[in-house]
Amino acid sequence: MRTRLSTRVRPCVVALSTLMVATFVAGCGQSGGSSGGSSADDSKTLVVATHDSWAMSGDVLAAFRKKTGITVKVQPQGDAGQLTNKLVLTKDSPLADGVYGIDNTFASRAVDEGVLSPYATTALPRSAAAFRLQGDGADQLTPVDYSDVCVNVDDTWFAAKGIPAPRTLDDLTKPAYKGLFVTPGATTSSPGLAFLLATIAAKGDGWRDYWTRLMANGTKITSGWSDAYEVDFTAGGGKGDRPAVTSYSSSPPFTIPEGKTQPTTHALLDTCFRQVEYAGVLKGSKNPTGMQEFIDFMLGRQFQAALPDNMYVYPVDTSVRLPESWAKFAKASPKPYSVAPSEVTRNRTEWLREWRDITSQ
Amino acid sequence: MTSLRSRAGTAALAAVPLLALAVFFLYPVGGMLARGFWPEGSFAPGRVLEVLARPRVHRVLWFTLWSAAAATAVAIVTGVPVAFALHRLRFPGRDLVRALVVVPFVLPTVVVGVAFRQLIAPSGPLGRLGLDGTATAIVAALVFFNVSVVVRTVGSFWEAIDPRREEAAAALGASPAQVFRTVTLPALLPGIVSAASVVFLFCATSFGVVLTMGGLRYANVETEIYLLTTQELDLTGAAALSVLQVLVISALLALSARVRRSVVPVDRTTKRVPRPRRAHLPVLAWTAAVVVFLMAPLASLVVASLRRGESWGLQNYRALGTTGERNALLVPATQGLANSLQVALVASLLALSLGAAVAFLVSRPGGGRPTAVLDGLFMLPLGVSAVTVGFGFLITLDRPPLDLRTSPMLIPIAQAMVALPLVVRTVGPVLRSVDDRQRQAASSLGAGPLRVLLTVDLPVAWRSLLAAAGFAFAVSLGEFGATSFLARDDRPTLPVVIYRLIGHPGAENFGMAMAASVVLAATTAAVMFAVQRLRVGSMGAF
Repeated sequence: MRTRLSTRVRPCVVALSTLMVATFVAGCGQSGGSSGGSSADDSKTLVVATHDSWAMSGDVLAAFRKKTGITVKVQPQGDAGQLTNKLVLTKDSPLADGVYGIDNTFASRAVDEGVLSPYATTALPRSAAAFRLQGDGADQLTPVDYSDVCVNVDDTWFAAKGIPAPRTLDDLTKPAYKGLFVTPGATTSSPGLAFLLATIAAKGDGWRDYWTRLMANGTKITSGWSDAYEVDFTAGGGKGDRPAVTSYSSSPPFTIPEGKTQPTTHALLDTCFRQVEYAGVLKGSKNPTGMQEFIDFMLGRQFQAALPDNMYVYPVDTSVRLPESWAKFAKASPKPYSVAPSEVTRNRTEWLREWRDITSQ
Repeated sequence: MTSLRSRAGTAALAAVPLLALAVFFLYPVGGMLARGFWPEGSFAPGRVLEVLARPRVHRVLWFTLWSAAAATAVAIVTGVPVAFALHRLRFPGRDLVRALVVVPFVLPTVVVGVAFRQLIAPSGPLGRLGLDGTATAIVAALVFFNVSVVVRTVGSFWEAIDPRREEAAAALGASPAQVFRTVTLPALLPGIVSAASVVFLFCATSFGVVLTMGGLRYANVETEIYLLTTQELDLTGAAALSVLQVLVISALLALSARVRRSVVPVDRTTKRVPRPRRAHLPVLAWTAAVVVFLMAPLASLVVASLRRGESWGLQNYRALGTTGERNALLVPATQGLANSLQVALVASLLALSLGAAVAFLVSRPGGGRPTAVLDGLFMLPLGVSAVTVGFGFLITLDRPPLDLRTSPMLIPIAQAMVALPLVVRTVGPVLRSVDDRQRQAASSLGAGPLRVLLTVDLPVAWRSLLAAAGFAFAVSLGEFGATSFLARDDRPTLPVVIYRLIGHPGAENFGMAMAASVVLAATTAAVMFAVQRLRVGSMGAF
């Protein structure tokens, strides 16, 4: 029986191995053409790792290709935190040539872990100087855009109930607004983390006490922004039951009803945390000069002007005109909160642990 | 000498899938664990033990165990009557119901999470139950995803029970309850235990469900590994939890293998099952209730997909050919579907060829312990954190000759690893049911080995091979966990497209996400329905 088994087995090995090899070859063949990264001519392609919110119209990237002959391949790698951590984990063999989308809450980690090479651009618009990273790594990350994470409120809802909408962080802890606020969690969402940092900047050491009161006032925490905005928020896609939500100062224009001209929501500009997003050249990049050219291009007027419509963020070049609805309904906060990136990196784990203990049962 | 040659043959056949498992699973996972155990280049097991002493870890472990145990118990109680109705009764539309029941299992959690929450959020139709953000909601969602595993597994065991034994017991004066207790239940028990162990495995390693439904108030081992890895970069903590996870899951697999060994559920005769009688009404009512429970979140998806803002219609479906409001997508959603179908085709072929080889090996008579180990080894991908595997891919498969990070093969390979256990468990029992004497007879009559394979094994196994391919295809279509952690190029799959749409503001993007989810669910259901038509007794039995 043993003999029979063996003679029967070998042709199967051949048959199955052939099938497997054939599958692999077929698989590689059907899509091998689109393989990116390390093609023969490295100076003609540029791989840029980004966060998931990357969006840019084809015309703008085509203009870059026309100008420099370089084709940009975009690789979304998760939110700003995941993006940074992936770059840290793969720093010995980088995923891409450059990065766009590391924000001021993760900038220090990227700098401290040494994933970036210095690049001092000469293309930085004058207004962008205010957004530059301070201290270590100022020469490694170039600011490209910024956004304000603010509490958004549903005006229609409050008008219907005859209650004035809340205005400040403290209002959210008042009994009149019990059970009306929903925010994405600081441990799983980048706007969620920004909101936590806003409260830390506003309240100093009193932030723990503030969050205890916020939770006692029926605040709901979801894992991500989409869950909070699209399920629980009264003006979101799911028509939820909470009229206050953590979102962006640029969100209100999205709530302009069809055929109308006014949004039904507005952002509370006294509750905002400013996120600045940076671009940088990765250490070990195959095409560092290409990435440098791309950083300069991102600071140019065409790219800067396309930022609001594609990624819902403000250009660091403040001389660029904003879309009309933005100028009216999506103003940036005049006095946003901020926390120094190095302080965020030093305290992040501790803050998040404490926050988790306060918010979970 | 002959024995030696036979061993060489077996080893050669085992080598290909083992190599694939080693390179595409064990090596990446090992790479991530090594980063945790050697934090600054030096071996520090003490720090790993310290992690296990954290009070939070104990809370997380306790929640993992009890939520998985509760969900498993409820899934069994819910699923067993349905298994009876769908596998021991014959009524119009049964095949369709069978296919529908499987759809939740292969839907991406990100979609179902939002659909589920729209139902139970205070503003939703079931809002009055006050379930949102509670542990009950998490358990209910886990049950939703896993009932189909119970129905399929227990159902296939039920089909294999010869009704004449039950009839004989009844003729001898046993009441229906006695018949069930003394004849049916003992025969079903291995199926129930085996289903329970797999459901427990899925629940204990579930990720999206706990994250979305729990609203961060609850964490299990899997979500904790995710947070530690992606947010805190605490690789030592993540490694400690991963090791814990592997240990628990290996123990569970060993236990279920012991029970499973006794009976093999294969039904190759096509005996007619009876039409329902009046006594079956409660069971049919229960089945209908379960189907409603499973379809409710899907129905809420369909409703949401037909709405944009205040207007109703098909505009969300028409918009699938675009890149969404303000370029939310890098490619049109329809391109995402095309990518998904391509990736699923490659992934299912890979899973099928590797899985068939493993199934062939584990089904040889007299395999003994090595076979059992082999079988268990290929189940491991089901029980290891997708985050660990995904990040492991990034840090280990980064150098020639294995520089796969930017390769379009990366995602099909990762998905094939996920689908592999299902293929093995679908094809294995069927091959095992072939009486080896048939092969010996064919051989002694002069049939060559290939001819034996083609004339004895293949006629029995071809349906299960096709069914396994279909199942792998459907799993790959819906796979999101591992896929979302891997480098995504400009060829995203449909679940990734949906995730992007849901993460961008705008009523159009939200509506498109809902419409794309409905398309994904319908595609999956169609594949499962086609598989159903093949009538493979042990489809997806564990």
